[in-house]
Amino acid sequence: MSASELTATPPSTGAAKGPVQRLLLNPPAVVGLCCVLLLLAGSAVNRNFLMPTYLLQQLQIAAFLGLAAAGLMAVILLGHIDLSVPWTITAGAMMAAAAGAAWGPGWAIPAGLLCGALVGLVNGLGVAVLRIPSMIFTLGANAVLQGLMVLYTGGHAPQDAATPLMRELAVGRTLGVPHAVLAWAAVSLLVYLLLTRTVAGRYVYVIGNSERAAYLSGVRTARMTIACFVACGMLAAFAGVLLAGYSGNAYQAMGDPYLLPAIAAVVLGGTNILGGRGSYLGTVAGVVFIVLLQSMLAVLQMPEAGRQIIYGALILAMLLLYGRSAKVR
Amino acid sequence: MPDALLQLQGISKRYAGVRALDGADLTCHAGEIHAVLGENGAGKSTLIKTIAGVVQPDAGRILMEGAEVRLASPNQARDHGIACVFQELSLVPDLSVAENIFLSRPPRRCGLIDAKAQQEQALALLDMLGCGDIHPRERVRDLPLSRRQLIEIAKALSLQPRLLILDEATSALSSEDVERLYKLLFELRARGTGILFISHRMHEVKALADTCSVFRSGRRVDTFAAGTRSDAEVVQLMIGRDVAKTYPPKTGPSPWAQPAISVQGLSWLPELHDISLEIKAGEIVGLGGLDGQGQRELLLALFGVLKGVEGQVQVFGDLRRDLAPHVCKGPELGIALIPEDRKTEGLILPMSIRENMSLAHLPALGRLGMLGAAAERSAVARMVEQLRIKIGSAQDPVQTLSGGNQQKVVIAKWLMAQPRVLLLNDPTRGIDVATKQELYALLRELAAQGVAVLLYSTDYEELIGLADRVLIMYEGRISRTLVGGDISEHAIVASSLNVSPGGREAATV
Amino acid sequence: MSRRGDWGMALRRNGGPLAALAVFALMFALFLLEHPRSISVAIVTTASNKAVLLAIVAMAQTLPVITRGLDLSVGMVMVLTGCLASVVVNGAPWQVALGVALVLACGAAAGALNGAIVVLGRLQPIIVTLATGAVYFGFALLLRPAPGGEVSEGLSDALTGRLFGVVPTTLVLLAVLVVLGWMPLKRTVIGRACYAVGSSEQAAYLSGVPSDRAKFLAYTVAGLLSGVAGLLLSLIALSGEASGPQAGLYTLNSIAAVVIGGTSLYGGTGGMVGSILGAFVLRTIGDLLFVFNAPALWQPLFEGLILLAAVCMGALRVLRVRNRLDLFS
Repeated sequence: MSASELTATPPSTGAAKGPVQRLLLNPPAVVGLCCVLLLLAGSAVNRNFLMPTYLLQQLQIAAFLGLAAAGLMAVILLGHIDLSVPWTITAGAMMAAAAGAAWGPGWAIPAGLLCGALVGLVNGLGVAVLRIPSMIFTLGANAVLQGLMVLYTGGHAPQDAATPLMRELAVGRTLGVPHAVLAWAAVSLLVYLLLTRTVAGRYVYVIGNSERAAYLSGVRTARMTIACFVACGMLAAFAGVLLAGYSGNAYQAMGDPYLLPAIAAVVLGGTNILGGRGSYLGTVAGVVFIVLLQSMLAVLQMPEAGRQIIYGALILAMLLLYGRSAKVR
Repeated sequence: MPDALLQLQGISKRYAGVRALDGADLTCHAGEIHAVLGENGAGKSTLIKTIAGVVQPDAGRILMEGAEVRLASPNQARDHGIACVFQELSLVPDLSVAENIFLSRPPRRCGLIDAKAQQEQALALLDMLGCGDIHPRERVRDLPLSRRQLIEIAKALSLQPRLLILDEATSALSSEDVERLYKLLFELRARGTGILFISHRMHEVKALADTCSVFRSGRRVDTFAAGTRSDAEVVQLMIGRDVAKTYPPKTGPSPWAQPAISVQGLSWLPELHDISLEIKAGEIVGLGGLDGQGQRELLLALFGVLKGVEGQVQVFGDLRRDLAPHVCKGPELGIALIPEDRKTEGLILPMSIRENMSLAHLPALGRLGMLGAAAERSAVARMVEQLRIKIGSAQDPVQTLSGGNQQKVVIAKWLMAQPRVLLLNDPTRGIDVATKQELYALLRELAAQGVAVLLYSTDYEELIGLADRVLIMYEGRISRTLVGGDISEHAIVASSLNVSPGGREAATV
Repeated sequence: MSRRGDWGMALRRNGGPLAALAVFALMFALFLLEHPRSISVAIVTTASNKAVLLAIVAMAQTLPVITRGLDLSVGMVMVLTGCLASVVVNGAPWQVALGVALVLACGAAAGALNGAIVVLGRLQPIIVTLATGAVYFGFALLLRPAPGGEVSEGLSDALTGRLFGVVPTTLVLLAVLVVLGWMPLKRTVIGRACYAVGSSEQAAYLSGVPSDRAKFLAYTVAGLLSGVAGLLLSLIALSGEASGPQAGLYTLNSIAAVVIGGTSLYGGTGGMVGSILGAFVLRTIGDLLFVFNAPALWQPLFEGLILLAAVCMGALRVLRVRNRLDLFS
């Protein structure tokens, strides 16, 4: 009998649970419910919170965070983390703008994505081959990326503006729906299908639970790990590209505000920070929740101090509700 | 008559629908060595855990010297003078030997831990156990299992307990260590300590115990003074029915069978030296020998897990240099490994039975990299039926299954991939007799279908009953090959000790 | 058991910190040799002040990492206590003393809250401290919406100056913290419990080690030390500022310092001395680059590369692994 079985309480099976209990055990549902509650509470103060224009605008902003969170989720599911997201976002934006200016607008987005993929490749190699803890390797990668971007831009804001395509993608709308939201929806569909319907997706969950058992079952764990980091890098870079399109051009440290909210969104959505468990729908719900929360607090003119406190306290409260680990007993 | 040192009355404990203990009782006296016998799943471990304060019973009372006590935590058990040598070891890998021995109650000076006294006392205890050559400041992580077991025993002894519990405490010890331990236990008994121990080794039980209690299905079925029941009677008590361990008849490979695996000069220093062997399709080859002679490494080498392996490995005539688990499981090679530790290497405990069982065969169950849900479900159902695995639903976490059924899931996982070579690392360790029988029949059936089987077992009865040929390993080499009628207990034991059956030490091959 | 055997063992056990010490000694020697102005006590003092600040935050991060956790709020607590110091650490000597006590208590309380939520809430430390960090930063903003405040100049001169005209007081402070704080703590039952919990929580439980108390203590001490760092920060800057980027930077650098100093992110090994040396190494990189006239634009890149190289040192063990199963934890 292994040591962990010696003391861990086995999961309860059998007895039918009441509907409320089952709801509480389903994080995406809880977070979705909280989003609705948030909107209802806000609408009591300001009717505009329930207007479609407002909601669509929030979804547009959520798209940027959502892309970063999607990539992070893949890596977190493996049991790793990617702290190089901030400067991957920035680098993706800067490289896209630069490529657009140097080689023509058609090159912008592919260049940005390629940049993200390269970052992901380096991260993946460091983690899967060199076996360096992902937290510290991606931390170093983040610092290197920052150094490269500082060097490239000479410390100033980059001169190259976002290409028209980037701007159109970030800001434009079709039939009233922002393109950014459409892009996010498309990516989300892809991620969801990959995670739930493909062999590779199953392997991600398996590796996140036990890389050792996965390896001994013939899963190519190094490849899967590198693939997930590449995906994370590309998605972060794509978010950066869109962000640059939104504001007109890239700027220093534009990716910094996205890391912690992205991690929070993934965890709020029910993904276990240690890996192996989590639904992508939860991540989407978590992103929407965080964006709504931040936006509503801003509209209600809550000072930054209050926003931070409420943001942190709310995350803790929700995690205490459904995010607890098995007791080591 | 003085009250018994320890009395358990009506102890019951449930784990997610499985009754581990069902109104169990036990009485231990001071100055008595009491053996607890029973098959795996009989409740022995849960019983021990209850006494050691690791788990709380759902019902029942525990009395010490007549007074009822509550053992709500390991510390409370220790406060009552109970010390337990855990099977899975309670040692902290990154701390030193001395720190581990005195983990619960270190010697102190001015509120701080007295490192010097700790080291001296640790050394004294280690000397008593005859392993005074272990440096007390060495990290436990750097020591082999046999040393760790001795340190675990020293740790329990440091508490000077009234009741000492040993849960399979000698599995990796050398015979000298074991002899010394026996002497120590007899001394403790003479001083009035009560000793409770679990062991599967009948010779150990005979050597040590004054009293034996047999457990079955969570209850005590009999208690008797040692020596008053024959081995057969004891086994019958443990199993509850008259089951002679029968092995399916040996068929051996057909005369024109292909060599499935052919190994020449395989070396992986220092564990493996110049190994050459051949396994034909349809053959069951057994690997025997003492623990740690390289058997585990040989299986890992054949599965491609080891780096820097020299020598040649041919699979169905193909010379392969690129062995790795994902290469081995492919249809080209078709090699499967049932690993040593099913809980951490063979299975992913939190995931469902279905997900575990299909893991080695997923791409083939779907198309173009997609999952094939329907194919997966039916394949799993087929395996469950074929191997007679007792499950609730295929969605349940595999954690909820018993040891034997878990092992069946591991084997089912690999059978789904239709291997041509099956490597097994001690597959029946910790499994109940009924399941073992089913596995033996399954292995012979697979062999009859042309699968080549290489089976490492620590149970020489199994090797005798099952294997067409037995390769005994000693110090990383194959020291002897036993075929057919030569395979006997005497021959296996002698070869394991590198002694020729005539009694003289064999020259190293 | 030869004495040489003892030394060999001590060498192996302390390999990480000793390597960091060697690297730091080399770097600092180079720094002093190449400095444009001749070595002066003032230069050493300034270097010491900056380095000790990071070192104390790295010390704060050490205990949670030893318990196989992480404290992402150390930077925020430092900023919070710094802002608090700029409010209360001024006036008459008794008021200053009271202010200092208040600041330290605040740090400890923040840490205790982290510990309580981690232990009682059974949540993963990385997420808990991420959320509480936001809350603490919010409080910092409440205290200091804009940079400013007043800090006792007397105390500042005393602590940021020199003792006996030669030894920087901050180094003495560091030594005091280590000798009177860390050394005894390591030898207490609860100090050892931190190592046990990080190394194997199961074995710790079976052995009756006070795991919950150890974790609680680890985070409380982390908060207390972050408070010391915040106090020192306010004394160096003579004001308080709720700077998010600074908080984030110190948090991430503290993790890097801990790893460079030889403590494993998997817990169970390491110590504060190593973390101090890791912090010194990190700090000296920047100074060395300045002294060697590395073009300012290249400095961030060099810093990043050196950080990455430092954490890759651990990759060397991968080359020696012969059984691939050993690669998986």
